[in-house]
Amino acid sequence: MKLIIAVIQPHRLDPVREALAGIGVQGMTASEVQGYGRQGGHREIYRGAEYTVHFVPKTKIEVVVRDDDEDRVIEAIQASARTGRIGDGKLFVLDVSRTVRIRTGEEGEIAL
Amino acid sequence: MKTCGSARRSVGLSTLLAVLLATGHASADDGLSGGDTAWILTSTALVLFMTLPGLALFYAGLVRSRNVLSVLMHCFSVACLASIAWLVVVYSLAFGDGGGVHAVIGGLGKSFLAGVGPDTMAGSIPETVFFMFQMTFAIITPALIVGAFPERIRFSGVLLFSLLWLILVYAPACHWVWGGGWLADMGVMDFAGGIVVHTTAGVSALVLVMVLGPRRGFPNELRPPHNPGLTVVGACMLWVGWFGFNAGSALSAGGGAGMAMVVTHVSAATASLVWAAIEWYRFGKPSVVGIVTGMVAGLAAITPASGFVGPFGAIVIGVLAGALCQWFTTWIKQGLNIDDSLDVFAVHGVGGVLGTMLVAVLALPGLGGLGLAEGVSVGDQLVTQLIAVVAVTALSAVMTFIIARIVAATTGLRVSTEDEIDGLDITGHGERGYDLS
Repeated sequence: MKLIIAVIQPHRLDPVREALAGIGVQGMTASEVQGYGRQGGHREIYRGAEYTVHFVPKTKIEVVVRDDDEDRVIEAIQASARTGRIGDGKLFVLDVSRTVRIRTGEEGEIAL
Repeated sequence: MKTCGSARRSVGLSTLLAVLLATGHASADDGLSGGDTAWILTSTALVLFMTLPGLALFYAGLVRSRNVLSVLMHCFSVACLASIAWLVVVYSLAFGDGGGVHAVIGGLGKSFLAGVGPDTMAGSIPETVFFMFQMTFAIITPALIVGAFPERIRFSGVLLFSLLWLILVYAPACHWVWGGGWLADMGVMDFAGGIVVHTTAGVSALVLVMVLGPRRGFPNELRPPHNPGLTVVGACMLWVGWFGFNAGSALSAGGGAGMAMVVTHVSAATASLVWAAIEWYRFGKPSVVGIVTGMVAGLAAITPASGFVGPFGAIVIGVLAGALCQWFTTWIKQGLNIDDSLDVFAVHGVGGVLGTMLVAVLALPGLGGLGLAEGVSVGDQLVTQLIAVVAVTALSAVMTFIIARIVAATTGLRVSTEDEIDGLDITGHGERGYDLS
């Protein structure tokens, strides 16, 4: 099993959710987060004064999938989250050693 | 003095009102107007609404989230403190009989409203109503200064400063202009507080922050306003409340109040559009914080002129307020490097002085105004207005400097660096504006 963490533009959350639902991914976790990458924050102007906002609002999604589904899910996220502009975010894949469904105690891919 | 109708009548009425206030013996049979009284009661509520919650929300949205409650607390507690101070001593100093020194300050004869009952009249309204209406001005004026010092001032310092400021700056300035003092005798025109409210608050804000010092991180490492939406909500309340402020200052429910409301509204709308248009040109985007700041600038600038100019004058004042006040916000912070945090001087001080000077010209009937007093030329009036602005600016600056030193030496003026970093909400009041758990 793989844990896929994607940090994306907040307004791309719905397209990503729809894309993953479309290829049969049954669950995900989404959080509002702040961060910056090469984009390095942005500038806002209030009453003529410039403010540097270092941390930009982002949405982090976490989804655990079967090893076989890894490539398809990554492709779906990339296709649906991409706008082509700086700040589209990043995606990380980690190995998952164990998964437990809390209600039943089932373990492994069946618990996904 | 706040009077109705034309400027020609204003001097006569102001004298009459001063005499009535000084003697306070007229009875209810002597010309009480139910209509006037009803309108000033309403205006009193509108002007209190400007501070609570209008101004409080306007300011609260512009600070960091960790200081939002402290700013609301400043406005609220200053309102309470000013109310009691007004009853105990400030009303009497402003509008009481000063005897031999009446040109400079009123006496203490009206402390605790001594001698004022339900039947005591001030013009065509009960003096109790006049007292309450004027109280709401004494509330909002020190509350305006809150915008200069948020995010770093000690709460006990806010209270002591505001109390001393009301006695040493507001009471004499109000007396000079509206209470029959020397500027009133000279025929100064300040319909609703361009000098008494906006100049005093603006100048004092600037002087106070020069003693207090800037926020940590000023000017390059500051955080942007945490909730501009709150600021817009507060600004909308200010606009509505300003109808009571300016049209109420006619002290009657007639044509003078109606025209004051017209020009107030026109100036606010004009200055809003001008401010936003200039931002659009300068920065590529018109901002909502900008457009509502323009509104306040337009309202502050029309305040001294609102009973004297017509719609044309209101548009002129609105255009100049939107442009000049915006220029000053940048110049004070980036040019002079002074952290008047929420631009009290640039918006209220500059706007108030602008309207105070322009009224001498825009009151001319040829420009749609209601005319200057008989036998007074534009030049004469300009000199009078300038003397008033200079005198009140000097009073505000000197007294504020002295008060700030007194506060710094007693309660202390500034919080510790640690408390400033943690925010005044939790360190000053033990509360958090937003529970994000």
